[in-house]
Amino acid sequence: MRDITLGQYYPSNGILHRLDPRIKVLLLIGVIVLIFCTFNFFALGVAALLVATSVILSKVPIKLYLKSMKAIIIVILITSLLNLFYGTGEPLWSFWIFKITKDGIENSIYVTVRIISLVMVSSSLTFTTSPTDLTDALERLMKPLSFFKVKTHEIAMMMTIALRFVPTLLEETDKIMSAQKARGADMESGNLIKRIKALIPILIPLFVSAFRRAYELAMAMECRCYQGGEGRTRMKQLHLSARDFVALFVFVVAVAGVVLCNIFL
Amino acid sequence: MSKPILRTEDLCLVYGKGTPFEKQAVKNVNIEINRGEVIGVIGHTGSGKSTLMQMLNGLIKPTSGKVYLDGTDIHADKKKLRDVRFRVGLVFQYPENQLFEETVRQDIAFGPRNMGLPDESIQKRVMRAAAFSGLKEELLDRSPFDLSGGEKRRAAIAGVIAMDPEILILDEPTAGLDPMGRDVLLSQIEAYHKSRNNTVLLVSHSMEDIAGIADKVLVMNHGVCEMFDTTRNVFSRSEELETMGLRVPQITKITTELRKKGVPLSEGILTVEDAFKEISAILKKGGRI
Repeated sequence: MRDITLGQYYPSNGILHRLDPRIKVLLLIGVIVLIFCTFNFFALGVAALLVATSVILSKVPIKLYLKSMKAIIIVILITSLLNLFYGTGEPLWSFWIFKITKDGIENSIYVTVRIISLVMVSSSLTFTTSPTDLTDALERLMKPLSFFKVKTHEIAMMMTIALRFVPTLLEETDKIMSAQKARGADMESGNLIKRIKALIPILIPLFVSAFRRAYELAMAMECRCYQGGEGRTRMKQLHLSARDFVALFVFVVAVAGVVLCNIFL
Repeated sequence: MSKPILRTEDLCLVYGKGTPFEKQAVKNVNIEINRGEVIGVIGHTGSGKSTLMQMLNGLIKPTSGKVYLDGTDIHADKKKLRDVRFRVGLVFQYPENQLFEETVRQDIAFGPRNMGLPDESIQKRVMRAAAFSGLKEELLDRSPFDLSGGEKRRAAIAGVIAMDPEILILDEPTAGLDPMGRDVLLSQIEAYHKSRNNTVLLVSHSMEDIAGIADKVLVMNHGVCEMFDTTRNVFSRSEELETMGLRVPQITKITTELRKKGVPLSEGILTVEDAFKEISAILKKGGRI
């Protein structure tokens, strides 16, 4: 249960860790768009190089990246296989209804590199940015939406609380599972229906405790007179610094590289 | 002496092996527990008590070392592990968080039902367990979520007692109860032990609780079993206990100081009742304290 890492924050002192989270979120969106705007292998190579740089600069063990890849390896396999067999043009090899074309091979390489790059670059954001920084950044970036009466602060607060309670609830689940196992609950054997039924003794106490925690938290927040965004100051102010502009510059260079490759090669 | 009902051999547990968060929670624990003993388990927070208790009923698999129940290794046969849990009943910390059924009666019956017992036998066990843990009969058909905190605790403990385990492990059963509730619960555990003559392991932060009930005390410190001896012997080593962030019962401390001042009290008095007896005997003889 404790091994679940959903792009968990990995504390370290790499350059990516010290970047302004707002810049990181914007850059992530930019890089994702960039990855899909590559129309030949050279452009794709430039984008992949940018992703690789961010992975190396994040100073997070490569093992953790591979772990996050493991979850989507099946998606990659299926999509690349489908692309491989659905190419158009002159078949290089064919058997029954299957045929492989040059086009198909190229497509499947594109798709594989793109998916891997996507996962890598998104992981590099979540590995290097703590959940609080991340929601803080999202709140700031959503600020313009408040013009349309969207409660940006509340949304960010809810996200922070949700993220904060993921490990707590996991721990709680672990504890309840052990307690029910100690009373002979059997979760590992039996057919599907039996197994679903076996979840009831875990889910009910879990929900009860989640509601209790939510109630207690709301109470504690009210006791400290917490009330939303209006006029609220922060302990940690976000400031753009030189390295943020360097990061932006690197990104702009990569965009230029991709555009040039797309046009001239 | 018959052979021990529970024995551990070089029990070790390492959390998160091979990661930067690696931590050795339990180191080379060798203990022997005899049938019918009441063992107090003490140690400051994070000393590995709870982990050790969960290894004793097979919930946590040790990294190395063995646990023998009645002479057989509990991890030898995976299919038998569930039976081990019925024989070694474990009441977790804050057990009221595990209640889930519609009625208290059904919740207490969860354990016995998992054992595959016939219905009448289950009902008998539920009634008996409820009586042992001091749960009033009219509460049995209420929802467990409508009970008070103390009643919930009793219902949860009854849920384990209903399995009629040979060894009953209670992890801080009195935490968060009011003083009255603590005393009542402890005396009920003691009465239960006396009537069934089973083995009881009691984890507690209250030295007074332990002193009143335990035959032997197991002291854990940084995952190591530092002492495992009779209650009197353990609590006579107050200085060592204090270096581990523990202490002896207050009454033991007072009587030890009095002894140093020359009052003829016996060594290692553990309960207020014993101290009262001895002191009043001295006063009766015309002595002065």
